[in-house]
Amino acid sequence: MIRFQRQLATLSLAALALFGAGNAVAGQVNLTGAGATFPYPIYSKWFDMYHEKTGVQINYQSIGSGGGIQQVKAGTVDFGASDAALSNARLKEMPRKVLHFPTVAGAVVLSYNLPSVTQPLQLTPETIVGIYMGKITMWNDKSIAASNPGVELPGAPILPVHRSDGSGTTNIFVTYLSAVSSQWKELVGANTSVSWPVGIGGKGNEGVAGLVRQTPGAIGYVELAYAKQNKFAVAHIRNSSGNFVEPTLASTTAAAEGASAMLAKDVRTPIVNSPAPNAYPISGLTFLLVYQDQKDPVKARALADFIRWSMTDGQEVAESLDYAKLPAPVVKVNEATLMMLTSSGKPVLAAK
Amino acid sequence: MSQAKVRRRGVSADEVYKGLLAAAAALVFVIVALIVYEVARGAELSIRTIGWKFLTQTEWDPVADKYGALPYMYGTLVSSLLALIMAVPLGVGSAVFLAEIASRRVGSIVSFVMELLAAIPSIVYGIWGFFVLAPWLRTFIEPWLIAHFGFLPLFRGFPFGIGMLNAGIILAIMIVPTIVSISREVLLATPGTLREASLALGATQAEAIGVALDAARPGILGAIILALGRALGETMAVTMVIGNTNRISLSLLDPGATMSSIIANEFTEATGDLYLSALIQIALVLFAVTIVVNALARALVYFATGGRRDAAGAA
Repeated sequence: MIRFQRQLATLSLAALALFGAGNAVAGQVNLTGAGATFPYPIYSKWFDMYHEKTGVQINYQSIGSGGGIQQVKAGTVDFGASDAALSNARLKEMPRKVLHFPTVAGAVVLSYNLPSVTQPLQLTPETIVGIYMGKITMWNDKSIAASNPGVELPGAPILPVHRSDGSGTTNIFVTYLSAVSSQWKELVGANTSVSWPVGIGGKGNEGVAGLVRQTPGAIGYVELAYAKQNKFAVAHIRNSSGNFVEPTLASTTAAAEGASAMLAKDVRTPIVNSPAPNAYPISGLTFLLVYQDQKDPVKARALADFIRWSMTDGQEVAESLDYAKLPAPVVKVNEATLMMLTSSGKPVLAAK
Repeated sequence: MSQAKVRRRGVSADEVYKGLLAAAAALVFVIVALIVYEVARGAELSIRTIGWKFLTQTEWDPVADKYGALPYMYGTLVSSLLALIMAVPLGVGSAVFLAEIASRRVGSIVSFVMELLAAIPSIVYGIWGFFVLAPWLRTFIEPWLIAHFGFLPLFRGFPFGIGMLNAGIILAIMIVPTIVSISREVLLATPGTLREASLALGATQAEAIGVALDAARPGILGAIILALGRALGETMAVTMVIGNTNRISLSLLDPGATMSSIIANEFTEATGDLYLSALIQIALVLFAVTIVVNALARALVYFATGGRRDAAGAA
């Protein structure tokens, strides 16, 4: 009997220890998010690093921006992620006010298949619009020749390739085309997928890249990171200051910097066609979507701390994964937005 | 004993057993009904906003919130029809060879390989179509077609390599195993006496096979319907090779899109309620098209066989 009692005591002690441990796990904060696939590599790196540092566990499903927005709307996640900022109409569909936090910048590059052309092709906004409108159909068109002096352009037909799947990459590209051409804006517009006037569609970056690599005379747009990792020939694009700029992480960050005055007013403003002289014009930001008023104060605090961390230590690792980091003025915009976060009406972060 | 116990409660074991089986069979209907209900509910907004124009409009413009399914319906039907045109002679031909001419050993080895072919995931066919078939079509087949048959509207245009023709070929390769293995089984099930009787009456081997084929006709048509179903719904492989443009073009060399490919392409990034609802309505239309095509095919079987259902007729 005594032995039994002792056993019982040990057992209950063990149970207590287990319970205690369970409690510690429960005390640990778990955040869930869902959305964009484009920033997934950097996000999962961030979540790993942040988990190691603070113990906060962040689970992220990269189901696409559209899915992320739906989940934010349904309130099934603590934050969403989208490559496109929500339009005013979409914001109104949301049950509560949503804040946007840009995390990193990316660029969309034009890759082409012209075996005889060895130096980087230089393209103007007008020629890009012309090609994707179906008005410029031959590579030796004089408008392309004009911006490529000394380059022998083949008399081959141009095959414009676009993404067939809805994507943030498409959104940045057509937002750019809409910004530089009123005709594009009117006839086609900007979205994650659009009704393309010409060309063929490939699924994903790899689908577009595969078509471009296979087909002589093809031109297509892919993410900068994808083009870098696969060492594609990419076009230099003339920006609004008249300079032909190579797409790099630095010129993408410069695009965000050039647009920072507009971003301070509304962080959702597209950074395409940035006025900075060294900016690569086809650039965009990717966002975290967070409800301004949070229900759970503990989670809200953890989320705010994470966003703050991602603006400092997080930015340091961005370039190692081929994402362009945010320039200081945009980080400052995020800091200001963070102060707007509340939980049941009370500010989540104390003013500095 | 236990049976007696059960009987005392008023239900026999047989009845329980029957009830369980009936419930299992009824579950199929319940699942289909639930799918239709869910899809129809999701499509409700689009049905109310767009109406019948959804089926006749050719424009698909998420920016302007204008949605028309016609190019996708066209793409689904044409790519499947193209696949059938290529796969049926090939499939029925090999089935006849395997069942009637080849030795039993060869027959069973080849049909084993055929079944392996049917188990290959469709994405693998898609990758093959994209990286192997497309360059081959672009450099050899399509320029040849344009040079020799370019006067037909079917073969006009630019040799892209990907497009309706590529999708049709990939689908044909994917459905051949279905046609071959079912047709072979059906042919093997026809009574040997049919052939013996024809041969005894002085028929050649080809004529005897003709008699067997005639007896197996309902089953073979059933195999083709099953294959058609797979072709209509195939998604990933087609998305990779069809070129994904929402233009209706008579030319088989031009890119197109199918109902399942547009869903696969745009569903994940569809923002906006009407956009999402329109995509769900595409699913509803695909469902309806599949039912109509299957019903037509079954009616065809019925009239082709004069309503006969003999031993071999699995249809």
